[in-house]
Amino acid sequence: MSDSVTITAIVNGESITAAVEPRLSLADFLRTNVGLTGTHVGCEHGVCGACTVRVGGKTARGCLTLAIQCDGVEVETIEGATESGRIKDLQENFIARNALQCGFCTPGMLLTADELLKENTSPTREEIREHLSGNYCRCTGYEAIVDAIELTAKQRNGEG
Amino acid sequence: MKPREFEYIRASSLDEVFATLDSHGDDAKILAGGQSLIAAMNMRFAAPEILIDINDIAELKGINVEGGTLRIGAMNRHVDVMGSADVATHAPLISLAMPNIAHATIRNRGTFGGSLANADPASELPACTIALDGVFNIQGSAGARQVAAIDFFEGAYATKLKDNEVLVSVDLPISSPESKPFFEEVSRRQGDYAMAGLAAQANVAGGIISNPKLVFFAVSEVAASAPSAAALLDGKNIVDVDVDAVCDTLANDITPFEDLTTSAEAKMHLMKVLTKRAISQWTGDKK
Repeated sequence: MSDSVTITAIVNGESITAAVEPRLSLADFLRTNVGLTGTHVGCEHGVCGACTVRVGGKTARGCLTLAIQCDGVEVETIEGATESGRIKDLQENFIARNALQCGFCTPGMLLTADELLKENTSPTREEIREHLSGNYCRCTGYEAIVDAIELTAKQRNGEG
Repeated sequence: MKPREFEYIRASSLDEVFATLDSHGDDAKILAGGQSLIAAMNMRFAAPEILIDINDIAELKGINVEGGTLRIGAMNRHVDVMGSADVATHAPLISLAMPNIAHATIRNRGTFGGSLANADPASELPACTIALDGVFNIQGSAGARQVAAIDFFEGAYATKLKDNEVLVSVDLPISSPESKPFFEEVSRRQGDYAMAGLAAQANVAGGIISNPKLVFFAVSEVAASAPSAAALLDGKNIVDVDVDAVCDTLANDITPFEDLTTSAEAKMHLMKVLTKRAISQWTGDKK
């Protein structure tokens, strides 16, 4: 067994110190060591987007980032984004537009949409689809997700 | 879907990387953005004993213009290259290609040099660097050397990089104001692997095409240029271009392979479609 290394990551603003094996993914670290199970583990090879979190302010795959790489790094999960209140309107619109059914993809969808809306305050439906192209949803067919994100952008621009 | 155990080294200098590579050879792998390597490790296609993380090495970052050359450090993340005004001005073909590289979240971590060193046949940047006559700066404990992009790629996931060498940066000659870059790929879904793609470049001035480059990817093991097809465009007035002849000549340069989703015939068809679109952009549809 590879020797564990002690790291301190700043998870949702809180310093978390833990001994981790080098091979531990950030997603597994968040779920098992920190107990934040909103980060979902799906395909584990970067395709499905369910493990999306923010690392150093930008979205990243939790399955393609190692926990050991996050020593001293700020990580934000869906729990942190929810507590911040920053995506409250987006979350409410996901509910209003039935943009989730089983909810497995939802944390990744929300963090990815959050990043898009920060970069582009008036995305077209095509731009929304492009930005979400790395996040799989097997329930909704995406149309409702695009609706919810488009509606959020409009409301934030005072058009909703 | 968990990687095998490995030792992890976060390198703080290139000398530390070279020393580790010299003593461990092929057992050690360099971790750049990790967007292909960690996926391969999770699936146990790759199982390095030692992972050398080069994310902290400042000299591998930076995008600089010096003289007639744009130098892109290997550890620039795709998102940074995509947002770089210098890249947009001096190597617009790269800027056109960027949105086609995987998905936004992957581009946040994946790196310019990592993608090139990985040499996936479906990846965009090998074709772009070949079309732009790029030169790769490589270093190891034995010193530094340069390899032209056209010579760097040897096969699927195979390059001229030795086990103990690192791709440090890529030099691209600054594109002339007359240059007309064209980039397009056909994929089933935005961000998916291309079925066929074309990175092309030509100078068009006074209605005359010069120095045309057609480089295809996702059609063979290595990004493939089509020099004899391009030769039919070189020096031609845009009203005299024989588009069909150019398309028919592609088969002299490239024999496409088939992959899981696309037959060789379909790939050749797509190559012709993309070639027509590139030429039509250069001629302003005057043909």
